[in-house]
Amino acid sequence: MKQLLMGNEAIGLAAIQAGVNLVSGYPGTPSTEVLETVAKQNDGSIYVEWSTNEKSALEVAAGAAIAGARVMVTMKQVGLNVASDPLMSLAYLGIKGAMVVVVADDPGPISSQTEQDTRHFAEYAKLPVFDPSSPEEAYRMIRDAFDLSQKYHTPVLFRPTTRVCHACASVEVKEEKIEHKPQGFVKDAKWVIFPRLTYQNHIQIEKNLRLIAEDFNQYDGNQITETAPNTKKGVACGGISYAYVKEALNRAQTHVRLLKIGTPHPFPEELALQFMEGLYEILVVEELDPVIEKALLLVAGKHHIKINILGKLDGSMKNAGENSLESVLTAIEDFLELPKTKYEPIELPPLPVRPPVLCVGCPHRASFYAVKKAMKGQKAVFCGDIGCYTLGNAQPLDMVDTCLCMGAGITIAQGLQHIEPDAVHFAFIGDSTFFHTGIPGVINAVYNQTDLVLVILDNSTTAMTGHQPHPGTGKTMMNTVSPKIDLEKLLLALGVQSVKKVNPFDLTNAITCVKEAAQTKGVAAIIFEAPCISLFKPEKKYQISDSCTSCQRCIKELGCPAISKDSISNKVVIDQSLCYGCSLCAQICPAKAIVIGGDKSC
Amino acid sequence: MTAVTNLLIVGVGGQGTILSSRILSHLLSNQGYQVKVSEIHGMSQRGGSVVTQVRFGDEVHSPIIRPGTVDTILSFEQLEALRWLPWLKPVGKMIVNMQKLMPMPVITGQAAYPDGIDAQIKKTVPAAILIDGLSLAKEAGNDKSVNLVLLGKLSKSMNLPEEAWIAAIRQTVNPKILDVNLTAFALGRNA
Repeated sequence: MKQLLMGNEAIGLAAIQAGVNLVSGYPGTPSTEVLETVAKQNDGSIYVEWSTNEKSALEVAAGAAIAGARVMVTMKQVGLNVASDPLMSLAYLGIKGAMVVVVADDPGPISSQTEQDTRHFAEYAKLPVFDPSSPEEAYRMIRDAFDLSQKYHTPVLFRPTTRVCHACASVEVKEEKIEHKPQGFVKDAKWVIFPRLTYQNHIQIEKNLRLIAEDFNQYDGNQITETAPNTKKGVACGGISYAYVKEALNRAQTHVRLLKIGTPHPFPEELALQFMEGLYEILVVEELDPVIEKALLLVAGKHHIKINILGKLDGSMKNAGENSLESVLTAIEDFLELPKTKYEPIELPPLPVRPPVLCVGCPHRASFYAVKKAMKGQKAVFCGDIGCYTLGNAQPLDMVDTCLCMGAGITIAQGLQHIEPDAVHFAFIGDSTFFHTGIPGVINAVYNQTDLVLVILDNSTTAMTGHQPHPGTGKTMMNTVSPKIDLEKLLLALGVQSVKKVNPFDLTNAITCVKEAAQTKGVAAIIFEAPCISLFKPEKKYQISDSCTSCQRCIKELGCPAISKDSISNKVVIDQSLCYGCSLCAQICPAKAIVIGGDKSC
Repeated sequence: MTAVTNLLIVGVGGQGTILSSRILSHLLSNQGYQVKVSEIHGMSQRGGSVVTQVRFGDEVHSPIIRPGTVDTILSFEQLEALRWLPWLKPVGKMIVNMQKLMPMPVITGQAAYPDGIDAQIKKTVPAAILIDGLSLAKEAGNDKSVNLVLLGKLSKSMNLPEEAWIAAIRQTVNPKILDVNLTAFALGRNA
């Protein structure tokens, strides 16, 4: 039966049908919908959780896998950095059931802080990796990944990219579902990692990788999918680039010998040798690192094959950002010396860019504004973190001076404080990110007696990735209610000097709290508590009354997308279809000209 | 084999472009086409420029489109229509919601919202359809239903039965807001 599925939905559904017993993960674009799909379609037989972070997710899954379960872990590429400690060791320890670690890469990047390549990580961690080229293939490959994992007792990486995760396609869906019953944990010395065991297992891993490479030579995810008689040129590709190459070849109405690599590690060397036979030049089309290109160079070198291999290393293909249909078409036309497809776009004047912004009514705007007002004229540094609130960096708020990775704002602020003790250092962190990796940083500051103002932006959800529950929300992915972790009690227990909880929309009070915290020695925490606007409907709207003096303070200081100057009347207006009734503009208006009212039908 | 048809749905994050592309792709899939859709999730959904690419035909490989090959652009906002105009084929169709949403650089005075976008679009695409989707959405009872109004308008330019559109809407939209969305679709279709 054909079903229209997003790549991530296809992966989730295929995992269910592959008999998965446990799925854990941490949300991150573009991976999030995989776990959500399993949770949504769960008949109750699968244990599904959003873990506090990727390390926890992987370890929970590892426990289940050594008890014989089929498990899946989901995360984005930077999440793999957090999970890398357990995963590197688990590669040596091995598993009993089956474990597929879905790590979504983000070429571009479109929604990430790195362009790291999980195919490389697979090589480094000595793990097999699957690299699907479409949602349809992702669906088919998941079952193969589970089977391979079970056959070799090894975790298997599964690495779709954004254009596979967030592409929808008609997928041929199977009806049958494997029932996998975990055997349970059997005590054995092999589950305790010791240097001697690691050495022995290392020998076995290297043997297995050679066996897996042989399997991969025969695997239908790796194929010479096109041949052309008398050709001396070939194209090698993997992932979504395969779709672009197919389309470009159709467009150019030409054929080449085409190698598609669906498992970049361990590399299917025999297949690559067949592909290279008789060719004198190869173009490699892939995203992120030159993984296939280097593997082909290695094969060519090892077998003394005289062949030109073009790709990222010689500058034929760009080495940053994602490929596009046009970039691949151009590369293929150049490579095959074909006439160029003409594209002469109409000329446009430079247009204003439209960067993402904090939503209308977003409580983060109020929190940032309160801190900005409280610290006006004082030397202060504002360390940001990963989440919607990174958008607080934009003008006019301009309240994010640093951002590195999940949880880093709290510890970066401490390093800054040691070098510039005369400045007040703030660390802004969202509730979900705080639970993810914020807590050790707070302990570090308390222990090392570092002055720090910790600002937790508690909007009761994981907003950026689409509103997932977390330990502070009391809801789980199994639809159960758990006790909410109380941030205030937690911080006090950690030894934080003062903890204030305040609604950021109570602006006067919020500013007072920030001023007090800035004077406090040690770690002072403020929890700005107000729900994400996606969690409720607006009850009122604001509008501008006649007493407006057009001072435009609301526009210049808040950067609310609902407030602008009308280009014809030159008056300040609030777009009634956008206003969320947060009241922040009304509180800062010196003429008290912003009043409740407006169009209630909106 | 028929050629692949390319559609771009463009707008501002939060306007509901993804729901309209979901309805459209269910519709096309139900009609037996091979469909590929590319969506953007994550940060740009927070009020940034967003684009969903929809492709259908007998055989579609890539989920993304090449500039200059778009058959139809459905734009939820004026400036976004202009931004994506160069992607349109020389004989492409365009449906534009006349709503203007100010980007932050315009709000803060660092840039100006271009004047006369409608004229520029008409000059390039004389048959372009300009529609006041927001008013029709309000008439339907919810200003968030602009996406369905625009789909209604798009449905007129695609040669597919109205019942098939309605079935795809029923299949995709949350039942709680189905009535308002069906009304919005009808208003757009008849506008």
